[in-house]
Amino acid sequence: MPDEFTHNITQKIMGSIEGNSETKLMKGNEALAEAALRAGMQAYFGYPITPQSEILEYLIIHGPKRGSVVLQAESEVAAINMVYGAAGAGARVMISSSSPGISLMQEGISYIAAAELPCVIVNIQRGGPGLGTIQPAQADYFQAVKGGGHGDYRLIVLAPNSVQEMADFMFDGFRLTEQYRIPVMILSDGALGQMMEKVTLAPAGSLPHSAKPWATVGKPPTREHNFITSLHIEPERMEEINIHLQKKYQDVQKEVKFELHNTDDADIVLVAFGLSARICEKVMDLAREKGIRAGLIRPITLYPFPSEIIAQIAETAAAFLTVEMNAGQMVEDVRLAVNGRKPVFFKGRMGGMIPTPEEVLAELESIVEHKLMHA
Amino acid sequence: MENSLNGLEVVYEKVETLTDAPMHYCPGCGHGVVHRVIMEVIQEMGITEDTIGVAPVGCSVFAYNYMNIDMQEAAHGRATAAATGVKRVLPEKYVFTYQGDGDLAAIGTGETIHTVNRGENILMVFVNNGVYGMTGGQMAPTTLAGMKTTTSPFGRDTATMGSPLRITELIAHLPGAYYVTRQSVHSAPAVRKLKKAIQQSFEYQKLKQGTCFIEVVANCPSGWKMTPVESNKWLVENMFPMYPPGDIKVPKPPAANN
Repeated sequence: MPDEFTHNITQKIMGSIEGNSETKLMKGNEALAEAALRAGMQAYFGYPITPQSEILEYLIIHGPKRGSVVLQAESEVAAINMVYGAAGAGARVMISSSSPGISLMQEGISYIAAAELPCVIVNIQRGGPGLGTIQPAQADYFQAVKGGGHGDYRLIVLAPNSVQEMADFMFDGFRLTEQYRIPVMILSDGALGQMMEKVTLAPAGSLPHSAKPWATVGKPPTREHNFITSLHIEPERMEEINIHLQKKYQDVQKEVKFELHNTDDADIVLVAFGLSARICEKVMDLAREKGIRAGLIRPITLYPFPSEIIAQIAETAAAFLTVEMNAGQMVEDVRLAVNGRKPVFFKGRMGGMIPTPEEVLAELESIVEHKLMHA
Repeated sequence: MENSLNGLEVVYEKVETLTDAPMHYCPGCGHGVVHRVIMEVIQEMGITEDTIGVAPVGCSVFAYNYMNIDMQEAAHGRATAAATGVKRVLPEKYVFTYQGDGDLAAIGTGETIHTVNRGENILMVFVNNGVYGMTGGQMAPTTLAGMKTTTSPFGRDTATMGSPLRITELIAHLPGAYYVTRQSVHSAPAVRKLKKAIQQSFEYQKLKQGTCFIEVVANCPSGWKMTPVESNKWLVENMFPMYPPGDIKVPKPPAANN
């Protein structure tokens, strides 16, 4: 009875769909998948990998009947190249995977960035390196924000910290990728993908489709032929393409998004994204209870990175503590922004371990009591 | 057709589906002929507006410069994945790939098998010249036993380098394969047969019955270190015994002209 089973589960989860915004209790991965359909996704290509398989499983049930192509590819390599084809043909396309699978896609992502094809790539991160673990991590920060594949390119990187943002960022992702023709990555993690929270879903059809005159849809006699390529064999031309891409990356800086908590009077400022930022909100509250003036900067876009606001806060804060679920990746960008004016400390857990508020608080207290006195 | 200037009958002219860009292919290479034949069929069938081609890395990487239709240049080995993406979102359009042996039968073997196994309604044109031409004549999966290339300088040793891969026979076994044929471009009659096969494949694509797959055994004078004339002779004497031309799988009931 798998069909009936699936149907019942689906009905329970979804109830009535699409027409209006609605508030539900949903798993992060499923909220993201449902939001993708509401955001007008026309094609999804995926491959199973924990902890993100629910996205493919959800979409294979709900996608086709709501007008989206949904295809399980033979590999992540094939899947990302299907994205290349479908995005090149003008469709609104999404793909998801988890860390090892995202590594496999890097060549394709480089081609997509070079050919300026819009698409949203979702990474529900797990601990690495290698096959690693299926537990949540943030160790793909470098890969996501510095390029990932070969050549000079960037992705717009959005870092949700709730099931609500898992859903909302699908809309933002499609909007941004179509506006700038820069691929968008939603950099999430296994905890956000797997946990259930209340989420309000935007109504379907609220994100209009933009014209794509460059798409390969068949050449009418009235225009020159369109072609999608990343090949420019003459170095003069290839440099022009690079200059054009770099200009877009400058333009996109204005899309920077961040959240500030108690930074105005803060002596010590936590910097954290995604799940770590939620933990740090708790740390900040515990510190304040103890009379330590702690604040929090949460970068929401990891590229573009909120360097300016960090530099600004470095004028008034005494020190920064960056907290990540990795060995210290974003902390390099925080240090670049602070530019030596104030000390920047780091606390991380690796390999799928999630830091507790208590251990981060202990680190913060030790900085305030010992390191900061002598900084 | 009359030419008003001198009253001579035009029997051959450039098709509008080819651009004016001079091709980079070596003198005597089979690629130019295969390009021409595909583009002739598209023009004659009147499907320019409805056709999207995908050519990946390899000698055909610049195909979009020559084919005056909407085209995508795909990553090495991934042409059929990209074509799957195109066809799935534009199911009423004609989609074809144009791939070499290194692309289709080495780095893209997984994509080749799974695309055909899904029965994607596309045409795959597989140009087999037994060598990596674009990179300067290295051994390909289809290089013949004993054949010398820059990476099999003493001849392909099947004990350590494997045997030539007949991928066309391999994929013909898959239920998704609708029409599988092997053709060539070494002679005028062969070119005419290839044209018929391409035409037939686009007709079949309308039926949405599965993948059409045409292997074209072609010469590579530069890679083989021969004159074009020598290479065509060598092709018949050496490539055909391993890659015999002819239909491998035809739809049932067989089409009238096959």
